[in-house]
Amino acid sequence: MNIRLTNRGNTLVAALNGELDHHTADYIRQKLDAEMLKSTTKNVVLDFSKVTFMDSSGIGVIMGRYKNIQKLNGKMSLAGVNERIRRIFEMSGLLKLMSAYDSIDEAINKM
Amino acid sequence: MNPINEVKLEFVSKSSNEAFARVVAAAFVSQIDPNIEELADVKTAVSEAVTNAIIHGYENKVGLVKMTCKLYEDAVEISVTDEGKGIEDIEKAREPMFTSRPDMERSGMGFTVMESFMDKVEVVSEVGSGTTVTMFKTFSSVRGKNNAL
Repeated sequence: MNIRLTNRGNTLVAALNGELDHHTADYIRQKLDAEMLKSTTKNVVLDFSKVTFMDSSGIGVIMGRYKNIQKLNGKMSLAGVNERIRRIFEMSGLLKLMSAYDSIDEAINKM
Repeated sequence: MNPINEVKLEFVSKSSNEAFARVVAAAFVSQIDPNIEELADVKTAVSEAVTNAIIHGYENKVGLVKMTCKLYEDAVEISVTDEGKGIEDIEKAREPMFTSRPDMERSGMGFTVMESFMDKVEVVSEVGSGTTVTMFKTFSSVRGKNNAL
Protein backbone atom coordinates (compact mmCIF):
# COMPACT_ATOMS: atom_id res chain seq x y z
CA MET A 1 0.00 0.00 0.00
CA ASN A 2 1.19 3.51 -0.71
CA ILE A 3 -0.17 6.94 0.00
CA ARG A 4 -0.02 10.14 -2.04
CA LEU A 5 -0.37 13.38 -0.12
CA THR A 6 -1.39 16.66 -1.72
CA ASN A 7 -2.53 19.94 -0.25
CA ARG A 8 -5.56 21.70 -1.63
CA GLY A 9 -5.69 24.96 0.29
CA ASN A 10 -5.73 23.94 3.94
CA THR A 11 -7.14 20.52 3.12
CA LEU A 12 -4.82 17.54 3.01
CA VAL A 13 -5.87 15.03 0.37
CA ALA A 14 -4.52 11.56 1.14
CA ALA A 15 -4.95 9.14 -1.74
CA LEU A 16 -4.55 5.55 -0.55
CA ASN A 17 -3.50 2.96 -3.09
CA GLY A 18 -3.53 -0.80 -2.53
CA GLU A 19 -4.61 -3.05 0.33
CA LEU A 20 -5.34 -1.57 3.76
CA ASP A 21 -4.98 -4.20 6.49
CA HIS A 22 -3.22 -4.55 9.84
CA HIS A 23 0.12 -5.00 8.06
CA THR A 24 -0.09 -1.78 6.05
CA ALA A 25 -2.01 0.24 8.67
CA ASP A 26 1.11 1.24 10.63
CA TYR A 27 2.73 2.86 7.62
CA ILE A 28 -0.42 4.78 6.70
CA ARG A 29 -0.84 5.87 10.31
CA GLN A 30 2.71 7.27 10.47
CA LYS A 31 2.46 9.06 7.13
CA LEU A 32 -0.85 10.67 7.97
CA ASP A 33 0.10 11.68 11.50
CA ALA A 34 3.30 13.38 10.34
CA GLU A 35 1.43 15.36 7.69
CA MET A 36 -1.54 16.26 9.90
CA LEU A 37 0.73 17.90 12.45
CA LYS A 38 1.89 20.45 9.89
CA SER A 39 0.38 23.88 10.26
CA THR A 40 -0.74 23.83 6.62
CA THR A 41 -3.25 21.09 7.38
CA LYS A 42 -6.66 21.89 8.80
CA ASN A 43 -8.94 19.32 7.20
CA VAL A 44 -8.34 15.89 5.71
CA VAL A 45 -9.93 14.04 2.81
CA LEU A 46 -9.14 10.34 2.56
CA ASP A 47 -9.44 9.12 -1.02
CA PHE A 48 -10.35 5.42 -1.19
CA SER A 49 -10.86 5.17 -4.94
CA LYS A 50 -7.70 3.07 -5.37
CA VAL A 51 -8.08 0.91 -2.28
CA THR A 52 -8.42 -2.65 -3.54
CA PHE A 53 -8.95 -4.32 -0.15
CA MET A 54 -9.78 -3.17 3.36
CA ASP A 55 -10.62 -5.02 6.55
CA SER A 56 -11.50 -3.68 10.00
CA SER A 57 -7.92 -2.56 10.58
CA GLY A 58 -8.78 0.32 8.24
CA ILE A 59 -11.53 1.44 10.62
CA GLY A 60 -9.02 1.70 13.46
CA VAL A 61 -6.66 3.87 11.41
CA ILE A 62 -9.42 6.23 10.27
CA MET A 63 -10.97 6.52 13.74
CA GLY A 64 -7.58 7.31 15.25
CA ARG A 65 -6.83 10.03 12.68
CA TYR A 66 -10.35 11.40 13.07
CA LYS A 67 -9.81 11.85 16.81
CA ASN A 68 -6.50 13.62 16.18
CA ILE A 69 -7.86 16.05 13.59
CA GLN A 70 -10.84 16.79 15.81
CA LYS A 71 -8.51 17.82 18.62
CA LEU A 72 -6.98 20.30 16.17
CA ASN A 73 -10.48 21.56 15.30
CA GLY A 74 -10.28 20.10 11.81
CA LYS A 75 -12.68 17.94 9.85
CA MET A 76 -12.34 14.69 7.98
CA SER A 77 -14.27 13.22 5.09
CA LEU A 78 -14.00 10.32 2.68
CA ALA A 79 -14.05 10.08 -1.11
CA GLY A 80 -14.30 7.31 -3.68
CA VAL A 81 -15.59 4.66 -1.29
CA ASN A 82 -16.79 1.52 -3.11
CA GLU A 83 -19.77 -0.60 -2.03
CA ARG A 84 -17.73 -3.20 -0.19
CA ILE A 85 -15.70 -0.72 1.84
CA ARG A 86 -18.85 1.30 2.51
CA ARG A 87 -20.41 -1.81 4.03
CA ILE A 88 -17.55 -2.11 6.53
CA PHE A 89 -17.76 1.62 7.32
CA GLU A 90 -21.49 1.33 7.92
CA MET A 91 -21.06 -1.66 10.24
CA SER A 92 -18.71 0.33 12.43
CA GLY A 93 -20.81 3.50 12.54
CA LEU A 94 -17.99 5.49 10.94
CA LEU A 95 -20.35 7.22 8.50
CA LYS A 96 -22.16 8.79 11.45
CA LEU A 97 -18.94 10.67 12.21
CA MET A 98 -17.95 11.73 8.72
CA SER A 99 -19.41 11.88 5.22
CA ALA A 100 -18.42 9.86 2.18
CA TYR A 101 -18.51 11.62 -1.21
CA ASP A 102 -18.14 10.34 -4.75
CA SER A 103 -15.23 12.60 -5.65
CA ILE A 104 -12.39 14.49 -3.97
CA ASP A 105 -13.71 17.79 -5.36
CA GLU A 106 -17.11 17.21 -3.81
CA ALA A 107 -15.50 16.29 -0.50
CA ILE A 108 -13.43 19.49 -0.50
CA ASN A 109 -16.35 21.68 -1.53
CA LYS A 110 -18.57 20.35 1.23
CA MET A 111 -15.91 20.39 3.94
CA MET B 1 -21.32 -34.14 3.53
CA ASN B 2 -17.69 -34.84 2.63
CA PRO B 3 -15.42 -32.11 1.36
CA ILE B 4 -14.37 -32.37 -2.30
CA ASN B 5 -11.00 -30.82 -1.55
CA GLU B 6 -8.95 -29.71 1.44
CA VAL B 7 -5.86 -27.64 2.10
CA LYS B 8 -3.82 -27.01 5.24
CA LEU B 9 -1.45 -24.11 5.63
CA GLU B 10 0.86 -23.21 8.49
CA PHE B 11 2.65 -19.89 8.68
CA VAL B 12 4.55 -17.70 11.12
CA SER B 13 2.50 -14.98 12.84
CA LYS B 14 3.92 -12.11 10.79
CA SER B 15 1.54 -9.40 9.65
CA SER B 16 2.78 -9.75 6.06
CA ASN B 17 1.20 -13.21 6.08
CA GLU B 18 -2.29 -11.71 6.49
CA ALA B 19 -2.39 -10.89 2.79
CA PHE B 20 -0.78 -14.23 1.94
CA ALA B 21 -3.40 -16.22 3.88
CA ARG B 22 -6.40 -14.40 2.40
CA VAL B 23 -5.04 -14.76 -1.14
CA VAL B 24 -4.44 -18.50 -0.59
CA ALA B 25 -7.99 -18.95 0.74
CA ALA B 26 -9.48 -17.04 -2.20
CA ALA B 27 -7.38 -18.95 -4.75
CA PHE B 28 -8.42 -22.28 -3.23
CA VAL B 29 -12.10 -21.35 -3.13
CA SER B 30 -11.87 -20.19 -6.77
CA GLN B 31 -11.89 -23.87 -7.79
CA ILE B 32 -15.67 -23.93 -7.40
CA ASP B 33 -16.02 -20.58 -9.17
CA PRO B 34 -17.90 -18.29 -6.80
CA ASN B 35 -18.51 -14.71 -7.94
CA ILE B 36 -16.15 -11.82 -7.18
CA GLU B 37 -18.30 -10.55 -4.32
CA GLU B 38 -18.31 -13.93 -2.61
CA LEU B 39 -14.55 -14.26 -3.03
CA ALA B 40 -14.05 -10.83 -1.51
CA ASP B 41 -16.25 -11.87 1.43
CA VAL B 42 -13.95 -14.85 2.07
CA LYS B 43 -10.82 -12.70 1.75
CA THR B 44 -12.09 -10.15 4.24
CA ALA B 45 -13.22 -12.74 6.79
CA VAL B 46 -9.91 -14.66 6.58
CA SER B 47 -7.99 -11.41 6.97
CA GLU B 48 -9.90 -10.65 10.18
CA ALA B 49 -9.38 -14.13 11.64
CA VAL B 50 -5.65 -14.21 10.85
CA THR B 51 -5.15 -10.66 12.14
CA ASN B 52 -6.85 -11.66 15.41
CA ALA B 53 -4.54 -14.67 15.75
CA ILE B 54 -1.46 -12.49 15.22
CA ILE B 55 -2.45 -9.50 17.36
CA HIS B 56 -4.49 -11.08 20.12
CA GLY B 57 -3.52 -14.77 20.09
CA TYR B 58 0.22 -14.25 19.87
CA GLU B 59 0.25 -10.57 20.88
CA ASN B 60 2.71 -9.90 18.05
CA LYS B 61 5.14 -12.53 19.33
CA VAL B 62 6.27 -15.36 17.08
CA GLY B 63 3.96 -18.34 16.81
CA LEU B 64 2.38 -20.54 14.18
CA VAL B 65 -1.01 -19.83 12.66
CA LYS B 66 -2.80 -22.76 11.04
CA MET B 67 -5.44 -22.41 8.38
CA THR B 68 -7.54 -25.28 7.08
CA CYS B 69 -9.91 -24.85 4.13
CA LYS B 70 -12.45 -27.52 3.27
CA LEU B 71 -14.17 -27.11 -0.02
CA TYR B 72 -17.64 -28.46 -0.73
CA GLU B 73 -19.61 -28.46 -3.95
CA ASP B 74 -21.02 -25.00 -3.25
CA ALA B 75 -19.51 -23.99 0.09
CA VAL B 76 -16.34 -23.59 2.12
CA GLU B 77 -15.33 -24.11 5.73
CA ILE B 78 -12.25 -22.26 6.90
CA SER B 79 -10.60 -22.70 10.30
CA VAL B 80 -7.92 -20.41 11.66
CA THR B 81 -6.07 -21.67 14.73
CA ASP B 82 -3.47 -20.15 17.01
CA GLU B 83 -1.82 -21.62 20.08
CA GLY B 84 -1.68 -18.27 21.81
CA LYS B 85 -3.20 -16.74 24.92
CA GLY B 86 -6.85 -17.64 24.27
CA ILE B 87 -9.99 -15.60 24.84
CA GLU B 88 -11.35 -15.21 28.37
CA ASP B 89 -14.85 -14.10 27.44
CA ILE B 90 -15.80 -15.13 23.91
CA GLU B 91 -19.23 -13.51 24.04
CA LYS B 92 -17.68 -10.17 25.00
CA ALA B 93 -14.98 -10.51 22.32
CA ARG B 94 -17.66 -10.98 19.67
CA GLU B 95 -19.55 -7.82 20.61
CA PRO B 96 -19.30 -5.09 17.97
CA MET B 97 -16.82 -2.35 18.96
CA PHE B 98 -15.38 -4.34 21.85
CA THR B 99 -11.60 -4.49 21.79
CA SER B 100 -9.05 -5.57 24.32
CA ARG B 101 -6.49 -3.41 22.49
CA PRO B 102 -7.77 0.16 22.12
CA ASP B 103 -4.11 1.19 22.57
CA MET B 104 -3.38 -0.36 19.16
CA GLU B 105 -6.29 1.48 17.57
CA ARG B 106 -8.16 -1.75 17.00
CA SER B 107 -11.76 -1.09 16.05
CA GLY B 108 -13.30 -4.13 17.73
CA MET B 109 -15.11 -4.97 14.49
CA GLY B 110 -13.23 -8.15 13.53
CA PHE B 111 -15.82 -10.72 14.59
CA THR B 112 -18.67 -8.51 13.35
CA VAL B 113 -17.06 -8.39 9.91
CA MET B 114 -16.54 -12.19 9.90
CA GLU B 115 -20.17 -12.73 10.91
CA SER B 116 -21.45 -10.36 8.23
CA PHE B 117 -19.43 -11.83 5.39
CA MET B 118 -19.73 -15.52 6.28
CA ASP B 119 -22.85 -17.59 7.10
CA LYS B 120 -21.59 -19.07 10.35
CA VAL B 121 -18.71 -18.25 12.70
CA GLU B 122 -17.79 -20.56 15.55
CA VAL B 123 -15.18 -19.72 18.17
CA VAL B 124 -13.53 -22.28 20.42
CA SER B 125 -10.95 -20.97 22.84
CA GLU B 126 -9.10 -21.91 25.98
CA VAL B 127 -7.11 -19.44 28.01
CA GLY B 128 -3.44 -20.35 27.76
CA SER B 129 -3.92 -22.86 24.92
CA GLY B 130 -5.25 -20.89 21.99
CA THR B 131 -8.20 -20.18 19.76
CA THR B 132 -9.83 -21.73 16.71
CA VAL B 133 -12.25 -19.71 14.60
CA THR B 134 -14.26 -21.78 12.13
CA MET B 135 -16.22 -20.01 9.41
CA PHE B 136 -18.65 -21.47 6.94
CA LYS B 137 -20.07 -19.95 3.79
CA THR B 138 -22.38 -21.24 1.07
CA PHE B 139 -21.96 -19.62 -2.32
CA SER B 140 -25.40 -19.07 -3.76
CA SER B 141 -23.92 -18.19 -7.17
CA VAL B 142 -22.36 -21.65 -7.33
CA ARG B 143 -25.32 -23.79 -6.32
CA GLY B 144 -26.08 -26.45 -8.93
CA LYS B 145 -23.26 -25.23 -11.15
CA ASN B 146 -20.67 -27.83 -10.22
CA ASN B 147 -22.55 -31.08 -10.57
CA ALA B 148 -19.79 -32.38 -12.78
CA LEU B 149 -17.20 -32.23 -9.98
